[in-house]
Amino acid sequence: MVERKPMTWVERLYMWNIMKGMWITFRHIFKKKATISYPEQKRPFSPVFRGLQILNRDEEGRENCTACGLCAVACPAEAITMEGAERKKGEEHLYREEKYAAKYEINMLRCIFCGLCEEACPKDAIYLSETFAPSNYQRKGFIYGKDDLLIPHPKTNPVEYKKALGNRANKPQHEQQ
Amino acid sequence: MADEKKIFKVTIDNITIEVEAGTSILQAARSIGGDVVPPAMCYYSKLQGSGGKCRTCLVEVTAGSTADPRPMPKLVASCRTNVMEGMVVKSITSERVIDARNGVVEFLLINHPLDCPICDQAGECHLQDLSYEHGKEGTRYEFQRRTFEKHDLGPYIQLHMTRCILCYRCVFVADQLTEKREHGVLDRGDHSEIATYIEKALHNDFIGNVIDVCPVGALTDRTFRFKNRVWFLKPMDAHRDCPKCSGKVTLWNRGDEVYRVTARKNQWGEVEEWICNDCRFQKKKTSDWIIEGPTVVSRHSVISQGHYVGTVNPKEFLPAVMGGRNPRLLMDIHTVSEVNDPEIQLSKIEGPATSDVFGEEEKQE
Repeated sequence: MVERKPMTWVERLYMWNIMKGMWITFRHIFKKKATISYPEQKRPFSPVFRGLQILNRDEEGRENCTACGLCAVACPAEAITMEGAERKKGEEHLYREEKYAAKYEINMLRCIFCGLCEEACPKDAIYLSETFAPSNYQRKGFIYGKDDLLIPHPKTNPVEYKKALGNRANKPQHEQQ
Repeated sequence: MADEKKIFKVTIDNITIEVEAGTSILQAARSIGGDVVPPAMCYYSKLQGSGGKCRTCLVEVTAGSTADPRPMPKLVASCRTNVMEGMVVKSITSERVIDARNGVVEFLLINHPLDCPICDQAGECHLQDLSYEHGKEGTRYEFQRRTFEKHDLGPYIQLHMTRCILCYRCVFVADQLTEKREHGVLDRGDHSEIATYIEKALHNDFIGNVIDVCPVGALTDRTFRFKNRVWFLKPMDAHRDCPKCSGKVTLWNRGDEVYRVTARKNQWGEVEEWICNDCRFQKKKTSDWIIEGPTVVSRHSVISQGHYVGTVNPKEFLPAVMGGRNPRLLMDIHTVSEVNDPEIQLSKIEGPATSDVFGEEEKQE
């Protein structure tokens, strides 16, 4: 049973309640801030953070992906599509195996970053990195092709490659797990 | 009395059935169906003389017959052993059989390259199914695997001898379906390989059937090579009037494009009716075929992944509330996506697609 007495005159001024509210606001000036000024500051990710996908290369810079389609069939959001092709003579330095993904696309509007593609991959070709997909004004900017997804070349662009590997790759194996 | 058929009573895994005399244990088990059916890699009911080579169909016979109820001392190949009156067979209920199949799978995989991510057979490969069901997880083999160069048998068929498990099915097809066999098994033991002398092309109207009978990816369709994975394709039953064969096939479509034509297969993965090369390799247009409907694929097959059966589309209410207008499409994926480019018709390309087809404009160094 709720008591519904009419408010008194003093109560109707709301003075006391306003003071109470302001006191809570005032107290927060001295508290630790919950926000950070991104992107100058960044929060550390959890070691199991699943971010933007990256297509891996081996140490010689050849693409690992063979367009086997296991990531696409594992994908619950059906975000991944690809087209396979045969490696020609003279392309051995580009692709690790005789079949490769000529086209590889991830629809980031669909992707839910569950990491099942990474788990399904038999070729160590796809990883979820420590960054997230940057924002965009248009939807078409979220269809990521191979040029967006491929990791920088380890030989010709070692600085960017190291950066793309992220912090997790530098840690020893037993700490990663 | 000779033409009267004798009926034998056999018990397989505690299930008793009656079959005609002269039936093999494997066929008797198949008439029961379900889990008791031994797997078969080399036996093919439509090819005479096949079977007895791969040893995956081993079963234990605990009582030979009513007349002689002694158990058979060794496991027997069920595809080549006929039933007897009162025979008692153990298939999956026998520890020995399970163990033996484990061993057989290990042996079959010793020289198998396990390049399933590349292989076009992946998804409908019997060796994949077999090793998934009966195999061990790891391999104990530490030595160099047997390798061969892949070569083309004629313009349509590609042979990857490395993947071959020497089941001899293709040899039987060539022997029994065609008048002249031009390929066979050369050399012995570990070195044996399916080959044609001097890489002779196989010119026969029905030679394409070796692709269908091959339980692994050793013989694959060159016109389909690397074009897509089977589980992204839509299998559909179709037929056409063919002067050479029955013309009853399964089309594997992606959209309206026919990527591949195969014969129809039954639940044991055996071809229902042989089809000719014209149907298989030449008729790659939907207009060539009369489509009967989608092929029924087992729910447990990877091919049925992403194929939604029996779905009911909800009623579109937006045009009704918006005065007949359709909602504005914010993005048509086909204007952005480079995959499934309508300009590139993969089904029209003879062999596998290469970088020429896709015109790699972004060539990384």
